[in-house]
Amino acid sequence: MRNWWKAITIFLLLYTIIGGFLIEVPKQVILYETIRNLYFHVPMWFSMIILFFASTLFSIKNLSSGSIADDTKAVELVNTGIIFGILGTITGSIWAKYTWGAWWTNDVKLNGSAITMLIYLAYMVLRGSMDDEQKRARISAVYNIFAFVLLIVFIGILPRMTDSLHPGNGGNPGFNNYDLDDNMKMVFYPAVIGWILLGFWIASIRIRINNVQQQLMN
Amino acid sequence: MYKQIATLLVKDFKSEFRQKATLNGILLYVVSTVFIAYQVFTSIPELSTWVALFWIILVFAATNASINSFKAESNQAYFYYYSCCSASSIILSKLIFNTCLLLIIAFLTFGLFILLFNNPLENTTLFSLVLLLGILAIASTLTLISAIASKTNNNSTLTAILSFPILLPVLLTAIKASILCGLGFSWEDCQVYILTLALLNLLTIALSYVLFPYLWRS
Repeated sequence: MRNWWKAITIFLLLYTIIGGFLIEVPKQVILYETIRNLYFHVPMWFSMIILFFASTLFSIKNLSSGSIADDTKAVELVNTGIIFGILGTITGSIWAKYTWGAWWTNDVKLNGSAITMLIYLAYMVLRGSMDDEQKRARISAVYNIFAFVLLIVFIGILPRMTDSLHPGNGGNPGFNNYDLDDNMKMVFYPAVIGWILLGFWIASIRIRINNVQQQLMN
Repeated sequence: MYKQIATLLVKDFKSEFRQKATLNGILLYVVSTVFIAYQVFTSIPELSTWVALFWIILVFAATNASINSFKAESNQAYFYYYSCCSASSIILSKLIFNTCLLLIIAFLTFGLFILLFNNPLENTTLFSLVLLLGILAIASTLTLISAIASKTNNNSTLTAILSFPILLPVLLTAIKASILCGLGFSWEDCQVYILTLALLNLLTIALSYVLFPYLWRS
């Protein structure tokens, strides 16, 4: 049973989807039923950051070992992270249209996500501009580490210095300790774990496809 | 190591003084950009516009100035430096050189702005500190990024693509601090932003110092 975690992923996500739409949620002004987006939108960003973090770890490992396998892992984790980032943006955008009345606003967290996407798309462009495998692995690893550390500082510090429109920030009703109720916690935490596991599952498949392609090329 | 850095710096300043290529080019770039802005705006009554325009012009000038910091000399020259200096002294000397260059450009731009658009800033001393820290952060980020970009095929576009998303945190913090200085707030009110800038500086320089040796392993 080495694939036990995949079974857990399926179970948790089924629970998230069924429970997320059916279990009672607190009624709050403006949010109403859209509060259920918590189970889908927020875990996307958690998964994305964790995938990028894992990618950075493999980049560090690549710098010390110089192995192409680590580079493949780093790049496929980034690719998967980008998918989650796009999904997070879409779910957030649709939600924002119904609660804030606009697809996109000038909010710190939105700016943070936009910058994250720009950084990792730039990472892909950087990779595309080099042919030599070893060189590409090392140089893109350097950029990956540099960008991730600064990104964490950015999304960790700046939102605390300014108010955000997001629920729970700047006096907006939201999911603070006192109003994220037990029903929601019961779905939210499994949802986060489920989506993160799904991210690693997708990444592991992508890594295997990439490895097979490399072997076919040689 | 200090001796190596000093020697490399003297070499950089000498070649810059002889050729005057980078500095003159960038000075002309700044003067013409500010002049175009002056033709368009004539006067800028609003503080935030003044500050935004100032930093935008500065960032583009800084990017242009740093693009060639690792491409100006031939590969053979770098083989030579590499054989007689450590990688860390190369990056530190480049960093100090770029900072000096950008400081000259920054304070000249500031002077030009005062000349053409008047000085709307209430607290110029504190603004100078913000400018100093902001330029140091921009210079250190651009130095590492241009080192990364110099290893690829299309150097000039990549420097911009790779650095702009990373520079955004620095810029946003600097612009906020500048606006506060402009409104006449004192150290107590701006210190969060100034300390954030200092932290970003520390991180960028530390990361450049650690990561740069890996870039030279080719």
